[in-house]
Amino acid sequence: MTVSPTRPGVVLSKTIEAARPRRARRLPVQKPWPAWRIAGVQVGILILLLLAWEGAADSGVINAFFWSQPSAVFHSLIVFCVEGDALIDITTTFEETLIGFALGTAIGSMIGLSFWWSRNYAAVAQPFIICFESIPKLALAPLVILVFGIGLASKVAIATALTLVVTTLTVSSGVKAVDPDSERLFYSLGASRWQVFRKLVVPACLPWMISLLRVNIGLALTGAVVGEFIASQHGLGREIFYAGSTYDIALVWVAVLVLSTLSILMYLAVSALEKALRRGVLH
Amino acid sequence: MESGISKLVVDLVSVAFEERGSKFQALAPVTMATEAGRFVSLIGPSGCGKSTLFNVIAGLLPPSSGRVLIDGEDFTGLIGRVGYMLQKDLLLPWRTVLDNIALGMEIRGAKLRDARAQAMPYLARYGLGGFELKYPATLSGGMRQRAALLRTLLIDTDVILLDEPFGALDAQTKEQMQEWLLQLWSDFRKTVVFVTHDLDEALFLSDEIHVMATRPGRIVETIAVPFDRPRDRSVVTTPEFARLKQHCLKLLSASHAIEDAA
Repeated sequence: MTVSPTRPGVVLSKTIEAARPRRARRLPVQKPWPAWRIAGVQVGILILLLLAWEGAADSGVINAFFWSQPSAVFHSLIVFCVEGDALIDITTTFEETLIGFALGTAIGSMIGLSFWWSRNYAAVAQPFIICFESIPKLALAPLVILVFGIGLASKVAIATALTLVVTTLTVSSGVKAVDPDSERLFYSLGASRWQVFRKLVVPACLPWMISLLRVNIGLALTGAVVGEFIASQHGLGREIFYAGSTYDIALVWVAVLVLSTLSILMYLAVSALEKALRRGVLH
Repeated sequence: MESGISKLVVDLVSVAFEERGSKFQALAPVTMATEAGRFVSLIGPSGCGKSTLFNVIAGLLPPSSGRVLIDGEDFTGLIGRVGYMLQKDLLLPWRTVLDNIALGMEIRGAKLRDARAQAMPYLARYGLGGFELKYPATLSGGMRQRAALLRTLLIDTDVILLDEPFGALDAQTKEQMQEWLLQLWSDFRKTVVFVTHDLDEALFLSDEIHVMATRPGRIVETIAVPFDRPRDRSVVTTPEFARLKQHCLKLLSASHAIEDAA
């Protein structure tokens, strides 16, 4: 028999050695930068990137025809705002998004809440909802345009479809999460179903609806822009599509930039709304 | 009793659940009569059907057989006739303490404004003064139970079921709450049925204790608690208290022994 490399004595002495602290260390501490320095570095990086883009396009490293360059984009932005359709495009997209967002959130919430009333009805509806959820709704956009025309209605319809299902599913989860003991308490007090719904189910689901607002505003905007891609007369999505098909890449960037700004502003507005609602509803 | 009718009568109530073909007897036919204004406790091991019995009395669970009579009238399967406080306080987090307490009255048809006005004086009198506009999340466990109990007491029923209301509280808070509950009980003059695991609690609070056993859930003995009211905490140190406790323990462990043998 050969000597085993794991003789108990060896293992033991090794363990003891490993357990003995060799050196005391300082706790690693990161010093946080002040906010202005972080912002400064961020702006610096942005300027560097833009300069690199400009330089690369000028020197021919990248093809300015396909990628455009910051100076051209800036020029295009001025033209778009002063002579172009900036205002009407922005208001069109904004309107479509907002209406779709409101409709999708409201109708979805109502459908989700309605599941509380009948377990049978909820069970019957469940597979349909999941089917509708699994359809890539944007793939149906051409059909929606055919049915609702190239105006406001079709974009609102797409934005609504995108937000509605998520809302329905989330709110129905909220309905399922209502504490059955609270329900029993209400009934023991002699409550009617309507009272349980109004005083327990709806308030209990409100936080779920509030958390949907930020998700939904982004989805609604996506829906509106995709609708505009396919057929429309105005809107930032149409502007992007038009500019792309006429090889005006600078204008594509301008429209994307404006669209992103709109998106961020709406996101911030909805976040503020969410905060205010949370203060009012949750404590 | 001038009418000679008990306030609350549980008349041969039994509950059986059907589960995948096999029948499970949660509650054997149980009979229990409680006079108006009495404080009655149910004690027993977990699974002895205390909560099932409460659900039947509250009308939340239809019994397989038997009736629930209140003032001689059949209330089997009807909700809203008795107040029921569950183990959890179940205060609604989006309502203030005052509005939580007013909830019961509101559900029974009062306008929220009137319910608030009616509840307001009770909050101050029963240790919740200054908390009216606070939200439940900011309250201690004891305070939350006070609010939940007031919500139950302020509705217009004279029978109250309390399902281990102090189970989750620390020993010291629990004693305070017991004395507070006795105060409320003597002020409101309601008939109380109280579930607890705590023998000292049952003996300190009750006029009568029903000892229950499992499989099937049933009442094995009813014990009268003879201590005078109002009771002082010192009653727990008397030999009579010790003797009753000993007796209850024996009943409970006997039911355990049967369970173990089975």
